[in-house]
Amino acid sequence: MNTELLGSIAQIVLMVVLAYPLGKYIAKVYKGEKTCLDFMAPLERWIFKICGIDPNLEMNWKSFLKALLTINLFWFFWGMILLYTQQYLPLNPDGNAGQSSHLSFNTCISFMVNCNLQHYSGESGLTYFTQLFVIMLFQFITAATGMAALAGIFKAMAAKTTQTIGNFWSLLMKSCTRILLPLSLIVGFILIIEGTPMGFDGKMQLVTLEGNEQSVSQGPAAAIIPIKQLGTNGGGYFGVNSSHPLENPTYLTNMVECWSILILPMAMVFALGFYLKRKKLAYSIFGVMLFAYLLSVGINTYYEMNGNPKIEAMGIDQVNGAMEGKETRLGPAATALWSCTTTVTSNGSVNGMHDSTMPLSGMMEMLNMQINTWFGGVGVGFMNYYAFLIIAVFISGLMVGRTPEFLGKKVESREMKIATIVALAHPFVILLGTAVACYFYVYHPGFVENEGGWLNNPSFHGLSEMLYEYTSASANNGSGFEGLGDNTYFWNFTTGLALIISRYLPIVGQVAIAGLLARKKYVPESAGTLKTDTATFAVMTFSVIFIVAALSFFPALTLGPIAEYFSIY
Amino acid sequence: MISTLLKSFKLTIAFCVLLSVCYIFILWVFAQVAGPNKGNAAVLELDGKVVGAANVGQAFTKDIYFWGRPSCAGSGYDASSSAGSNKGPSNEEYLAEVQARIDTFLLHHPYLKREEVPAEMVTASGSGLDPDISLKAAYLQVQRVAEARGLSKDKVTAIVKANIEGPLLGVFGPKKVNVLKLNIALEKADKNKNNIK
Repeated sequence: MNTELLGSIAQIVLMVVLAYPLGKYIAKVYKGEKTCLDFMAPLERWIFKICGIDPNLEMNWKSFLKALLTINLFWFFWGMILLYTQQYLPLNPDGNAGQSSHLSFNTCISFMVNCNLQHYSGESGLTYFTQLFVIMLFQFITAATGMAALAGIFKAMAAKTTQTIGNFWSLLMKSCTRILLPLSLIVGFILIIEGTPMGFDGKMQLVTLEGNEQSVSQGPAAAIIPIKQLGTNGGGYFGVNSSHPLENPTYLTNMVECWSILILPMAMVFALGFYLKRKKLAYSIFGVMLFAYLLSVGINTYYEMNGNPKIEAMGIDQVNGAMEGKETRLGPAATALWSCTTTVTSNGSVNGMHDSTMPLSGMMEMLNMQINTWFGGVGVGFMNYYAFLIIAVFISGLMVGRTPEFLGKKVESREMKIATIVALAHPFVILLGTAVACYFYVYHPGFVENEGGWLNNPSFHGLSEMLYEYTSASANNGSGFEGLGDNTYFWNFTTGLALIISRYLPIVGQVAIAGLLARKKYVPESAGTLKTDTATFAVMTFSVIFIVAALSFFPALTLGPIAEYFSIY
Repeated sequence: MISTLLKSFKLTIAFCVLLSVCYIFILWVFAQVAGPNKGNAAVLELDGKVVGAANVGQAFTKDIYFWGRPSCAGSGYDASSSAGSNKGPSNEEYLAEVQARIDTFLLHHPYLKREEVPAEMVTASGSGLDPDISLKAAYLQVQRVAEARGLSKDKVTAIVKANIEGPLLGVFGPKKVNVLKLNIALEKADKNKNNIK
């Protein structure tokens, strides 16, 4: 069998197999049970002591959210100031300049909300200091924020009736010290051995074999890449992310990095099963997500390995597949797998250029982000699924004429309203943003020209570039059809707004639903209860998600990738 | 609010010490000990002189060398500004560019048929710094390189074979040839030949 396909299969198997024990471990961490990393406990206690935080104080959902939002607000100022003044700060051997005000606004928000949309290039847009004290720091703590929010929801779901959902600070800290940090160290060690740079020297100047000068950007890359992948952040150290041969030097590093994208989101689903002691529910959720994921992997692998029909028509040898924007050491199958892995989660790192993938692969990449619930970002991904679960419970409850209940709690109008707003905000932001961009593009060509013309490709593909950008911002993904010239006032500000709305609205909404449900009286299961851990209900949830999320985008996708597909096949 | 902000400030500083300092320090020490080049990009040497980073592709245009793939990084293989073309599959301008690359490739390899030209040699890589080419792309260039250097085709083919890098553990991922390593091996072989003379 083809060794590239074997590589892809091995990666998927390794994810699923290792997600199970990791999920078990994560459930133990959040429950506060004994684990092998308990030696971190004194350190955590000591940090809390000097910060004046009581990690044992139980919070209700409102004070939980208040703590979450306040520290995020603080991070915003932290990031803005450091990015704007980076040229005056230490660790800048290449003498890179500070970011403009609109670029630092966009960069800061995008890393604060765990999106990592990058309108700059890593080699020249940041210094080693900001790479470490803004980018990498945010990649840890914002991922931990999402995980802490989910841990709060777990607690709310597990309790019979409760006012409190845990302590935000403690969950934040544990997500860092017990989960993200140890995994990052392991991945970092592998990357270093395989040749990813981890030093503080500036660019390496050398003379090539043909006698030309070449300067090679390097730096502390091996520290940032592990957490970029594990925290579903995706903001690359180098401009071209993991297609860069120093960021992702071998097929082994590619396997490890791709594995790191999905391992925590997968493990989180199992963690839910262990935490709630409802393994069957976790399996049915996992099944739906895995099915959708494999479907898109299949489609993309097929199209990328078969190559571009327009190039086929030129009569050359295209057995290696569509190689535009791809790397020889990885091959099209690995890039297809990664393109789906990074879009089902909110990761957004790439190991090949999505802009150059085939039309339907591009569509699946967008659709994964538009649905935004298959595995999803660490923590927040499952929370999006949770909102759809509530909607599915409600709809199926109505269909069979029963009071909708979920895990022993009645789902009533207030929760439904929040869930619906959360579910509809996502298509609203994406489609509105794209519509506004199209409006400017068509009716104010002078404005667009002043901003550099935006698009790198004409026609249907040009529309896809704009649609992709808002989709990626709104899904807090961060990948891009990078041909779009997006370091401009328009794109920095509008996507910055999209980022804020689509990060905090869902988190607030979902934690609120969980908090509201947790307060309600527990209704024991009876023969009349709608079972939520069956295959039927799994299919039902899949259909609800598909109808609400996917079909909202169908008209837009028809004008972009689908039209492009028919123009070249 | 104010007290929460103060807590946030203190906690952020604590995270800086734990992550941006301690975590970095551990990895940095590890790189000094176990990394291929003490934390810097691994390099390749010829006659004791550094001629390139092992994992970073460089431009080859002379007939005596094997060539790598087209690059969109800066003006070509600029390792301080990596970039792909980001051209969509239906872009007419891009397709014309590919067409032109095919013609150029055939011009330099007149012994090839059009249907033998490998697609990756006329399409730009994702990073613009792709250090590798496929085995096929290497074998196709053997005749040109052998003629330019006055080596036998068998000799050059043998050098290519010696530089093939197989899939991971023999089963995962594509086979490839690192262009810089191949060209260094070629230079060494050429020197030995001269010494014998």
